[in-house]
Amino acid sequence: MNSIIQFASKLMKGLTSDHASSGNASDVYKFHGGVHPDGHKHESTTRPISQLAIPETLTLPLRQHVGYIPKIKVNIGDYVLKGEMIAEAEGTVSAAIHAPTSGTIAAIDEAVIPHPSGLPDMCVTITPDGKDQWKPLTPIDWKNTALDELITSLRSSGIVGLGGATFPTHIKLRKDGASAIHTLIINAAECEPYITCDDMLMRERADEIIKGVEIAQHLLGAAKVMIGIEDNKPDATNAMTSASQVLANATVKTVPTLYPSGDARRLIHLLLGVEVPHHKRSTEVGIQVFNVATVLAIYRYFTFGEPSVSRVVTVTGNVETPQNFEVLLGTPMPFLIAAAGGAKTDTTHFVMGGPMMGFDLPSIDVPVTKAANCIIAASPSLFAPPPPAMPCIRCTRCADACPVNLQPQELYWFAKSDNLEKARDYHLFDCIECGCCTYVCPSNIPLVQYYRYAKSEIIAADKAQEAADLARERNDFRLARIEREKLERAQKHAERAAGAKNDSAKAEKTDKERPASSTEADDAKKAAIAAAIERAKALKLAASQTNATKTSSEENLEPALTENKPEPSAPISDEQAKKDKQALIAAAIERAKAQKLAAAQAGVAPKNTDNLSPKVKAKITEIETIRAKVKQMVENKDTD
Amino acid sequence: MNRSPYITDAPTVSVIMLKVLIALVPGIIAYLWVYGAGVLVSLSLATITALVTEAAILKIRQRPIAPSLADLSAVVTAWLLALALPPLAPWWLVVVGTFFAIAIAKQLYGGLGYNPFNPAMVGYAVLLISFPVIMTKWPAPLTLADAPLNALDQVKLIFSNSLPAGVQLDAVTSATPLDYLKTQLMLKHEVTDIAQAPIFGQFGATGGEIVTGSYLLGGLYLMQQRIISWHLPTAFIGALAFISLIFNIIDPAHFANPAFHLMSGATMLCAFFIITDPVSGPTTPRGKLYFAAGVAVLTYLIRVYGGYPDGVAFAVLIMNMCVPLIDAYTQPRVFGHKH
Ligand code: SF4
Ligand code: SF4
Repeated sequence: MNSIIQFASKLMKGLTSDHASSGNASDVYKFHGGVHPDGHKHESTTRPISQLAIPETLTLPLRQHVGYIPKIKVNIGDYVLKGEMIAEAEGTVSAAIHAPTSGTIAAIDEAVIPHPSGLPDMCVTITPDGKDQWKPLTPIDWKNTALDELITSLRSSGIVGLGGATFPTHIKLRKDGASAIHTLIINAAECEPYITCDDMLMRERADEIIKGVEIAQHLLGAAKVMIGIEDNKPDATNAMTSASQVLANATVKTVPTLYPSGDARRLIHLLLGVEVPHHKRSTEVGIQVFNVATVLAIYRYFTFGEPSVSRVVTVTGNVETPQNFEVLLGTPMPFLIAAAGGAKTDTTHFVMGGPMMGFDLPSIDVPVTKAANCIIAASPSLFAPPPPAMPCIRCTRCADACPVNLQPQELYWFAKSDNLEKARDYHLFDCIECGCCTYVCPSNIPLVQYYRYAKSEIIAADKAQEAADLARERNDFRLARIEREKLERAQKHAERAAGAKNDSAKAEKTDKERPASSTEADDAKKAAIAAAIERAKALKLAASQTNATKTSSEENLEPALTENKPEPSAPISDEQAKKDKQALIAAAIERAKAQKLAAAQAGVAPKNTDNLSPKVKAKITEIETIRAKVKQMVENKDTD
Repeated sequence: MNRSPYITDAPTVSVIMLKVLIALVPGIIAYLWVYGAGVLVSLSLATITALVTEAAILKIRQRPIAPSLADLSAVVTAWLLALALPPLAPWWLVVVGTFFAIAIAKQLYGGLGYNPFNPAMVGYAVLLISFPVIMTKWPAPLTLADAPLNALDQVKLIFSNSLPAGVQLDAVTSATPLDYLKTQLMLKHEVTDIAQAPIFGQFGATGGEIVTGSYLLGGLYLMQQRIISWHLPTAFIGALAFISLIFNIIDPAHFANPAFHLMSGATMLCAFFIITDPVSGPTTPRGKLYFAAGVAVLTYLIRVYGGYPDGVAFAVLIMNMCVPLIDAYTQPRVFGHKH
């Protein structure tokens, strides 16, 4: 039955489709859905990439990548050369920051960074001396260096995914022992409208890109390379095709112009016909994806020793002369906009990224970061404010457009009615927030915003649940311990009483009956209990210290954020409150773990809360009330 | 805040509904030609009633009135109902049916997007149950009528139930082929003989098949405009043809051939305009196929064995009830998930 339906479906699609896409798009594996927004690419491709001058100050946010914040290595007043490391990668997922030009460290302070949250973050400000003097650079003979060394060295290159995802590159090269990479895919689709930085890079620097591809291929040990370019970039395709001749196993393949073909999973499917399972990373099926600009950065790092200090940014939209610029990281946005002829008078705000997935810059006074692939000056005529949302008419245009084959109208219904568990069941977390559904909705429903909201709600609820579980576990254990100690005391009393009544002969007999090892075991148990109590005390002390000084819990805070979301984009209304909460949770985890361990050592399972005395029961109620209060407090904080 | 995407490319709900109305025009023209100007009266009556009712109820519900009227969904309901009713039905029948469709079936459930049942079909079913005699009094096509009524006569008939002197109601009405077939079969006649009656045309009813063909034309336009997907009409027509073919092969004397079923009654209107109502229909591609096939089978069974001449309205309403179930069990495979 299903095969008949599929056949009919294909037949009918063939009859009714309006696929205007051309090229050799026939030998790709099409994915469901996708949309055809106007490209608006030509505006910024008529001029070559231009080198932007050095501005008067550079402001470098420390957090320009996914992962841990790097550790500052300079002080105010220090003189730095171009390429000198000013912050060092700390932890596994982290990237270094380098001075984009020579000059003096003017400030280390919080400033607003280009992030949807609009929150300030730690930044290092440099006053350039105008000499733009490099530190002594050391190229790396990558062909004759051990892989481990190369990857470690990349860790200090500051290179992150320049397609906008900003995942530290050295992580993507690390062998996690899971599976060997057989195919390296170079993501050159650039499917978002307006953005042309990859297109221009390929047109102008195809040879260098291909050399970078060669290095990446070497680092991964990938047998095959596929470069996927949307068929609306013929110049780039030609340049890359001829440059790639030097590589033995590299294919340049055009994919149909269809948003979001540049999404990694979509591109893998287009090129290889492989659907990466939803719960796996592409590397687990032997595929790694790199963006063009990233491999170019890899090339420059190994060949010339240049760390990541600049990137190419498209400046387009409502500006006088849209263009691509090679920009030093940290360059103030107004300086960049001015270079594109300035924004026209009816400009209302600026968007970073493309019109499908980008976000409003919280302010124009933010610096260029590694994530800044495109800046669009927006005006009401360019991005009309959406008309008021109407009810969903279940027309399923959204479902037809969804590249993940979700049912957006159902997800919307569940998200709107706060039926979040149902939304999760309908695979909310597979949504890539591409915006296709919103793009086609005739009722102008901001669907993606509902999904972002629902996701953040679920994550918050999960965390609260986790904390509550831990608290309960901790409490249960404590009660069990009290009960056990009481029992033991009672037993001892009984024994002592019995011992006093009976004479020594009986005692002798008991000694005979009882094997020697049992006494030893008793002693060991007692010692273990004493140790456990000691530990618990120490932990309590440690925990109270942790609560007082939140800094010690920073390490726990970081992975919690990064694991749940590839990009820390969840808007944080009260950073401090959140940190405090995180610290509390972290301390709770610590305590519970230690106590579990202690319990295991003491040979007692943390259970047995039945048949408690009224006194203990009263205690439980008391604790329950306190817990409810704490929960209430946490919830209040969340809704702040 | 992240409020992307900043761009959209979607026809508004109004535009979608407008295209549905446009797609109905060929059918309406054919109607005029076959049955006369009366249909324009019922269309206008239904439209006005729908808009007034919608506005009144929105007012009571304290909702903004203008956007809902402008989305044209009430007009679509009105037109579908008017086209399903006998063209010379008295004015109050149209008014009552439309009022019911809008007030009860649509607004009481929460308005556009929330109604579980197809409003036009609810209106139709209510009338059919309440006024079965009037609902089956179809005018004879103008070419067959003993006393063809002119436009003025038709208007008079609709509003004051008066006919020109000397003309009996029987002279202007006739049974529909579906109805006729059913009664004649009960009188132990055979399909081939029955089909010799003048009311039968090439495939379905004389004239009626022109109307049906025009709906098909409008439906193809909707498909080309991507207002409706192929799933529903194809599955409906396919399933109806299939089941009628089976019965026809088994016993041609008692079961009409597929062409007759496809070109009679509300088949094409149902295939392209009624079951394609997105609000009360299923949303998954596979669900659409099952839904449409279900309507087709039920339509056929009610036509052949049921107490009503055409089964479309009840078939649609019954299948509307199954929509949540169909949707739940036909969720498509999500990218990266195994079934
Ligand atoms: S596109 Fe909009 S109106 Fe249509 S089903 Fe999806 S959410 Fe509803
Ligand atoms: S935003 Fe999510 S639901 Fe909407 S089309 Fe993209 S993946 Fe599908």
